[in-house]
Amino acid sequence: MSNIETAAPQTHPLVKGEVGPGCAKTDPIVIADSVTRQFGGLKAVDVAHLEIPRGKITALIGPNGAGKTTMFNLLTGFDKPNTGTWEFNGKSLAGVPAFKVARAGMVRTFQLTKSLGRLSVLQNMLLGATGQKGEGLFTSLIKPLWRAQEEENTARADDLLARFKLDAKREDYAASLSGGQRKLLEMARALMSKPELIMLDEPMAGVNPALTQSLLGHIKNLKEDGTSVLFVEHDMHMVMHISDWVVVMAEGRVVAEGPPENVMKDPAVIDAYLGAHHDTDLGDLMEDGPNPVIEAERKAHEAHPEAETAGYGVSTTPAATDADDEEK
Amino acid sequence: MDWGNIFGNAVGEIISPTTAAYALAAIGLGVHFGYTGLLNFGQAAFLLIGAYAFAIPTLAGAPIIVAVLCAIACSVIFAFILGIPTLRLRADYLAIVTIASAEVVRFIVTTTGLTDFTGAANGLSGFKGTFAAINPIPAGTYGFGPFTYNEYDWWVRIVGWTLVVLASVLVWLLMRSPWGRVVKGIREDEDAVRSLGKNVYSYKMQALVIGGGLGSIAGIIFILPRAVQPANYTTGLTFFIWTIMLLGGAATIFGPIIGSMIFWVVLSLTQGILYGAIESGALGFLSTTQAGQIRFILVGVALMLLVIFRPQGIFGNKKELSFSV
Repeated sequence: MSNIETAAPQTHPLVKGEVGPGCAKTDPIVIADSVTRQFGGLKAVDVAHLEIPRGKITALIGPNGAGKTTMFNLLTGFDKPNTGTWEFNGKSLAGVPAFKVARAGMVRTFQLTKSLGRLSVLQNMLLGATGQKGEGLFTSLIKPLWRAQEEENTARADDLLARFKLDAKREDYAASLSGGQRKLLEMARALMSKPELIMLDEPMAGVNPALTQSLLGHIKNLKEDGTSVLFVEHDMHMVMHISDWVVVMAEGRVVAEGPPENVMKDPAVIDAYLGAHHDTDLGDLMEDGPNPVIEAERKAHEAHPEAETAGYGVSTTPAATDADDEEK
Repeated sequence: MDWGNIFGNAVGEIISPTTAAYALAAIGLGVHFGYTGLLNFGQAAFLLIGAYAFAIPTLAGAPIIVAVLCAIACSVIFAFILGIPTLRLRADYLAIVTIASAEVVRFIVTTTGLTDFTGAANGLSGFKGTFAAINPIPAGTYGFGPFTYNEYDWWVRIVGWTLVVLASVLVWLLMRSPWGRVVKGIREDEDAVRSLGKNVYSYKMQALVIGGGLGSIAGIIFILPRAVQPANYTTGLTFFIWTIMLLGGAATIFGPIIGSMIFWVVLSLTQGILYGAIESGALGFLSTTQAGQIRFILVGVALMLLVIFRPQGIFGNKKELSFSV
């Protein structure tokens, strides 16, 4: 284990000083300090210091029960910590309710997708827009007050739906979408609010390999648009492929962080992932194994020889997509 | 059997003030359950509060506008009392609290200690003066066939159904707007709506207040043709309102109105037919009291059949309900 570790202190352009768990970033968007959350006798989250870089894709990884989702819930106000403070864009968000966190520009998605089933896809999207005049009880009664804004929002929603290849489903109930399409819808909906930081909780979970590719593309595009991304993911190949920075949690603590190519060599990470898969899963990544992305694409083509790479699962018939989901 | 009379009574129910009152209460419940997903099992309490908060000031000599505003204000306060502790919790808690508090307010108005204010078990009467005084219809009997009423009865019907129309327009305006989109989103998944920056608690409270306010106006219309009787506000009333809402379709504009009409026409028909059959000896083993109970057994059976075979109601969208989310 220790033979991979480099003796000299590591540095990185994103980091102020030395790379290591809880290191300071040159331009952080989120800074969290001594955040703890206890469930009975279990300390689910115990993070001394964590900074998320701005304008980058940061992956939060760790074995099951490491406290990743709890950390997400705490940062976004969906859960209350026992101790701790954190700030977003220099503004303290500790103890702030979830809806105000979202209004501040930090929008999340959920591990189990929360598409609003009995609203149409377009209605789902429009719900994501912020500062709507028509959402006030009294202004809502007078349509001229909000019609123009509604049209603007609809145009933006249509844009995003086209980008996420959901435009054909615009008028359908969200409940009629496949699991993967719901993930896409949830992400698109979160983008309606023009967030500065989007937090994706396992965006790839339960999504077929072809659609995964499409999701990955969307996440990369987010960064190009200037949005910071923090995402939780179990699939190491995906993490290696798209993230600029990786934070590793285990047993509630941040045990390592660094650029993806280095962090996997960290002994703390290997410790965290110790078990049956430690040789295969992480080992693959360190050797010159097959490129995971090419692998995924090849598998997708085997599954859908007729599907075009650009279309992926979205443009195929619902029946085909469903069958895919069942395979998984 | 006097079929003409039976059908005459049944048809009369279509525009009766009671039908209007139940329709209003069901529109309010539709805002709670159909659109926002709030499980309110205490709509009877809002009717009770509307009735007493209208009757008590009127008997004390207050003008009608003060009495109506008092009824609405009391229902708003009651909605806050129900909502503040429960709307932050899961939906089930609101159901428990509403069903319990509906019984609590009913027992409060029935206590003999409050006889001077509420008339205890005897209820209140003699409060129709201020409403009759603003009746623009000259004294006399108007109408044709089964729709023949005196000036007061017409006045109650006109005001009642005007309020039903106004309430329906209000709900329609709200639900086509982004405000309606937010509450429908809350019905589907409130955490998702919260994650999009909406103050879910505030929206649920607004919906609770609006639906409760409509319930209290229904309470006023309900007592105008009769006296205030605490025994009318049992949980049975709540479940009739639920039946009406589900019959018409929970998240629909016309559902509560048509649901209420069908409910009362069918009740009147079954009563007429059962009583007629008893009188003619065809159902000699039943007493008329038992026949009255049987009607409500039929309501229960109808509600079960409705939920099983047509859960979307008459106007509901089948597609919308075919997804089990």
